[in-house]
Amino acid sequence: MRINRMNFLKILGLTGLTITSGKTLNASPDPESQTEFFGILYDSTRCVGCQECEIVCAKAHDLPQNASDDMPVAGVKRNTNENRRSVINAYETKNGEVYAKNQCMHCNQPACASACLTQAMYKTEQGPVIWREDKCMGCRYCMVSCPFDVPKFEYLSPNPKIVKCDMCFDQIESGQLPICVANCPAEALSFGSRRELIAEAHRRIYANPDLYYDQVYGEHEAGGTSFLYLSSVPFAEIGLRTELQKSSYPELTKGFLYSVPSIFVLWPALLLGIFKSTKSNSNIEEEYE
Amino acid sequence: MNNSAHILAKDNDGTPLWTFLREALKPKGKIFTPFNVVSIPIILLGLVIIIIRFAKGIGSVTNLTQEVPWGLWIGFDVVTGVAFAGGAYVITFMVYILNMKKYHSIVRVTVLNGFLAYVFYAGALLLDLGRPWNVINPIIGNSFGVSSVLFLVAWHFLLYMIAQLIEFSPAIAEWLGARRARKILSGMTIAAVIFGITLSTLHQSGLGALYLMAKEKIHPLWYSEFIPILFFVSSIFAGLSMVIFEGSISQKVFYHQINEKHHRAHNGILQGLAKICAIAMFAYFFLQLLVFVHGKRWIFIDSPMGYWYLTELLGFVLLPMMLFFYSYRKQNVFIIKLAAFITMLGIILNRLNVTVIGFRWDAANHYYPSWMEIVVTLTVIFIEIWIFRWIINRLPVLRDAPLWAQQIDSETKK
Repeated sequence: MRINRMNFLKILGLTGLTITSGKTLNASPDPESQTEFFGILYDSTRCVGCQECEIVCAKAHDLPQNASDDMPVAGVKRNTNENRRSVINAYETKNGEVYAKNQCMHCNQPACASACLTQAMYKTEQGPVIWREDKCMGCRYCMVSCPFDVPKFEYLSPNPKIVKCDMCFDQIESGQLPICVANCPAEALSFGSRRELIAEAHRRIYANPDLYYDQVYGEHEAGGTSFLYLSSVPFAEIGLRTELQKSSYPELTKGFLYSVPSIFVLWPALLLGIFKSTKSNSNIEEEYE
Repeated sequence: MNNSAHILAKDNDGTPLWTFLREALKPKGKIFTPFNVVSIPIILLGLVIIIIRFAKGIGSVTNLTQEVPWGLWIGFDVVTGVAFAGGAYVITFMVYILNMKKYHSIVRVTVLNGFLAYVFYAGALLLDLGRPWNVINPIIGNSFGVSSVLFLVAWHFLLYMIAQLIEFSPAIAEWLGARRARKILSGMTIAAVIFGITLSTLHQSGLGALYLMAKEKIHPLWYSEFIPILFFVSSIFAGLSMVIFEGSISQKVFYHQINEKHHRAHNGILQGLAKICAIAMFAYFFLQLLVFVHGKRWIFIDSPMGYWYLTELLGFVLLPMMLFFYSYRKQNVFIIKLAAFITMLGIILNRLNVTVIGFRWDAANHYYPSWMEIVVTLTVIFIEIWIFRWIINRLPVLRDAPLWAQQIDSETKK
């Protein structure tokens, strides 16, 4: 049993193949990067539920406007869908009616982007998670993976798109505010670097501890998100998912992906070894042939 | 279908390739068999539905929702279908790597079955893609999503199909009478087998790993970080049960193509496979037990989903496992076939429990497949069986290789 040139090259080839795959999570933040992620802070104690953010969002992204009677009502959950990137819901709580906005959370390490096999879902350096039409093949694995159920799919289109909030990435690139932030009449939304927004959120809590529930939703949820929430009541009461893990979702597949290169190196070697060692028996069991 | 002698004579008689292929395309045997009468209308209906799907979008024929984006076409066609196709890597491992000559007569048909399963179930995947024209993106390399489990699975499907085609290609060469090509292709078998087993290990478990990020969406009785290992281990007996099932049908349907010696050997093969199934299922059941204890799953047991979970594990894993053990002691072939059938039902249950039934089990609007999704699934399966039958009736898969090929093989052995 010797390793001839043929087998050596085979093993070398297999090893080479695996080195190119599964090394890093493309969704993880680049440590070299100088830019910080941008984010949006939503303060539900300031929100009056006027739906101005919904209206300007639909206008800016060529989506249909809501029906005139489609208003936030406590007890009725309105969802984002393929025609609506952002919604305001009302919740009846011990502090009276409280509003909450729902849209993409723009995770620091988004499950959707690490799930995407074409990098159509993409975490930009600035922070927004965007969808790129020319790359997407419509497999909807991002929808399966997203813990917030954010990406929506145009099921009734022969040329379907994934619809979700992109934090108005074009606006941000040209130095402007996201459209919802720019148009919020109650100043419930603020835009800035994620680090500054977290500091600002905690400052508001310290300044007014009676008003706020002492936590910033999005600081740690799903490994941290760029969209941050402040509320006067516990977040579960305003429809936010509090059962989510604190570490990022791509971590869940990391172990599996890291085992791939080792299996790719070990299996062929092992199989080749077994093959060589059983080969010598082949002439003995002729009777089975 | 008693025309094997006719075909054998034609394998290498030197007719021009074009005439030969045109001749091969003609149907053989009766047209109005019960299978044809059932399958043809369903296939035609399925093709119409597929046209509607491409004209009006996926939502026009499926019941998929924004919360449940993967339904029957992924959960059954792809995830379950690939588990059943696992027989190919297990049998090639036994025959080529472990050198278990006893199973040599079923290698070709198993590999063919596996290859067709991958072609058709990956094909079914295309139906489920919203933007299938971009399917080349992860292949040609302008945008590799290397951190995606689906990227790994997609590449492995592609590479494994090629490996299986190489494993099967000597049969095509024998059919065409291409001696030189057969020699070259046979020489590539071992490399393809080793590569194929490695790929299978990874993508069988990878199909489970796809669901790892859906942590809160899958019922806790079916979600664990061990899904990939459970999927891999269960693919061993899923594949072998399929081999037992398919072999039992082929033995009857293609009776005249199989030589006397292989007919007699078949029961011995089934008993060997039953033993392997029993041991693999024991390992699987034990793993499930460990996951049960590790995840403190007993708190979920006293609920409808809990009873469903117990039904799957006791009725469709433990029971067929004991039947396999029992059949091996009693040498009873009927019990083997029965156990294989129950095992297959159990695999369907398990894969659907993870991907469809347990996925968003708590959603207000639960997903049920539409009748059109079921018809398309049946269409895919029926077309695959048609192609399978077409190949079996022409290529030396079940019947013996042509004499010239047998001579070459016996010479190389000496």
